[in-house]
Amino acid sequence: MTEVALQAVELVRRIEGAVSHTLVNGIDLAVNKGEFVAITGPSGSGKSSLLYLLGLLDAPSEGEVMICGQPTSKLSETDRADVRLTKCGFVFQFHFLLPEFTSLDNVLLPMRAAGRMAEAEMRERGLALLSSLGLGEHASKRPNQLSGGQRQRVAIARALANRPEIIVADEPTGALDTASTEQVFSILRDIADQGQTVVVVTHDPALAARADRRIHIVDGKIAEITERGGGELVCEAAS
Amino acid sequence: MKLLFNIAWTHVSSRVRQTLVGMAGVSMGVGFTIMMAGLMQGSQIDFLRQLVDTMPHITVEDERRSVPTQPAEQEYAAVQMSDIANVGKRTGIRYSESVMSSLRSWIPGDVAPSAKTTAIVNHGGARIGITLSGIDPRREVQVSKLATQMREGKIDDLSRAPNGIIMGEALAEKLGVKTGNTVLLVGGQGVQLNSTVAGLYRSGLKRVDESQIYSLMGPAQVMMGQGGVINQLRLRLNDPMLAQKVAAQVEAQTGYKSVSWQEANADLLSSFTVRDFIVLTVMGAMLLTSSFATYNIISTITHEKRQDIAIMKSLGMREYAVRRIFIIEAAIIGLVGILFGWILGYLLCYGWSKITIFNPLTGATVPLQIYYSLAHYVIVGGISLVCCAGAAYFPARKATCVHPVEIIRGAS
Repeated sequence: MTEVALQAVELVRRIEGAVSHTLVNGIDLAVNKGEFVAITGPSGSGKSSLLYLLGLLDAPSEGEVMICGQPTSKLSETDRADVRLTKCGFVFQFHFLLPEFTSLDNVLLPMRAAGRMAEAEMRERGLALLSSLGLGEHASKRPNQLSGGQRQRVAIARALANRPEIIVADEPTGALDTASTEQVFSILRDIADQGQTVVVVTHDPALAARADRRIHIVDGKIAEITERGGGELVCEAAS
Repeated sequence: MKLLFNIAWTHVSSRVRQTLVGMAGVSMGVGFTIMMAGLMQGSQIDFLRQLVDTMPHITVEDERRSVPTQPAEQEYAAVQMSDIANVGKRTGIRYSESVMSSLRSWIPGDVAPSAKTTAIVNHGGARIGITLSGIDPRREVQVSKLATQMREGKIDDLSRAPNGIIMGEALAEKLGVKTGNTVLLVGGQGVQLNSTVAGLYRSGLKRVDESQIYSLMGPAQVMMGQGGVINQLRLRLNDPMLAQKVAAQVEAQTGYKSVSWQEANADLLSSFTVRDFIVLTVMGAMLLTSSFATYNIISTITHEKRQDIAIMKSLGMREYAVRRIFIIEAAIIGLVGILFGWILGYLLCYGWSKITIFNPLTGATVPLQIYYSLAHYVIVGGISLVCCAGAAYFPARKATCVHPVEIIRGAS
């Protein structure tokens, strides 16, 4: 039986104000362990909002997000931070590395925050991660000494630092050239192939097509789910 | 904690100029506050020392704090008496020698008798009211600094001159007399006594130097019109600060009103309290103002680092841990600032202690009195550190409360 890594149940995110606005409108979704899911949709459709909810960066107005079977709606902000630190890894459109820190220090940041490993062990893992992403010789460089693609790979290494169950990426190739885009997407694909769950928001249909499943969002609702089975894409409209 | 310190250190060390300005602000506040504290306490201690040196620490007078109840009042509750004439009551402290012997057996100091009265000193056209204290020179040196305050002549000269008196230089100047001159003392009973100025003293307190004259017991008792009377005992303690406690014990033992130097100068001491309050307020304001520099820096850093704060929070760092980064930054600025402030404060104190001022009353040029105390450094440093941490807390709290999604979306 396939293990569910991430599940959204009747997920709603509403912005209350003079004019209320619903960003995510009743989404049900289950992502299996080791699955690579791409979320697509037009601008303003709610795909990033859904991703932030799935990654516990934001709290739903209604519904539930379950991470590895654990409900999260009743968790305190501190507990949510702990879940983010240990079970989720984030990659954003912009690298968002700390500019005064070296690549290695940026990768070490989540590990140091978690404080579960000895310093030597952390450094060893940090260097191994950077090397595996082709950045071994850039470990002591600061973000401003790296190219856009290299920075994004450092950000991926940082996301992987604490061996999270789930990697959520918000348009990770949005600011990259074609070559870097291909490189970053291949890395994410490899991560999923190694058993970690990857959820990516992207505008690029070609890249989305390489995911195990593509979820198309329109107006905060799932409009279409496309699955890749045996090399064939199977489309079905959401009910 | 090491991670937070690393991030904090990176922030402050990458803004050298801002950090130095913040540290300079703290240093100035701490340095000048220490200097003010040293100067204020130094001048106060110097003044009190002069006051304590000039006056007896405890004065036992031949009077009671309240009128003693009459036997009839003690016997019958219905009896109330007032306006009782003390007919035949003899002034002075009874059995003064016995009382002094008894006090000497337990007080931590010494006691000397005196006969105190008021008189008018008459010389040329001048008539000035004074207090005349008859003293025993041999015992007086045990209870007062009069011997060291002599500017002309010695205390022993009282015995050598006919009806010799010692007066303050300020009074002598008013009267236009010098050592060896004769003045006329007129007592309350109409007694007149030609007295020779045997010496001049300077206590440093104007009100004393202009109104206090010393003589031997005999002439003072003659002026009182009561031979052999001792109406005042003057006590000097090894530790002047015990005066209030000892005075209460003396009063309980003898029944006579015993006034400590603190009680005699209560109005002056209360004015010190007001002065202390004002100066402490000013010093507190200085420290608070100096912490504004820290507030500015931390505000700027938190503003510039909003994106980093959002990322750290999104990575799973807890809000209070992120907030602590900025508190540590303020602590770094504060601690280094305080360290330099201590050095600045010491140098300022040292510099000010080299400044001399002329005291027109004492006629001496004396350096500004500075009191060096470790407590000043510790207290001022502590307050400054708290102010810095407080100054950092509010901008840090505001910045770390921001939802990371808002900033990430904004950056995208």
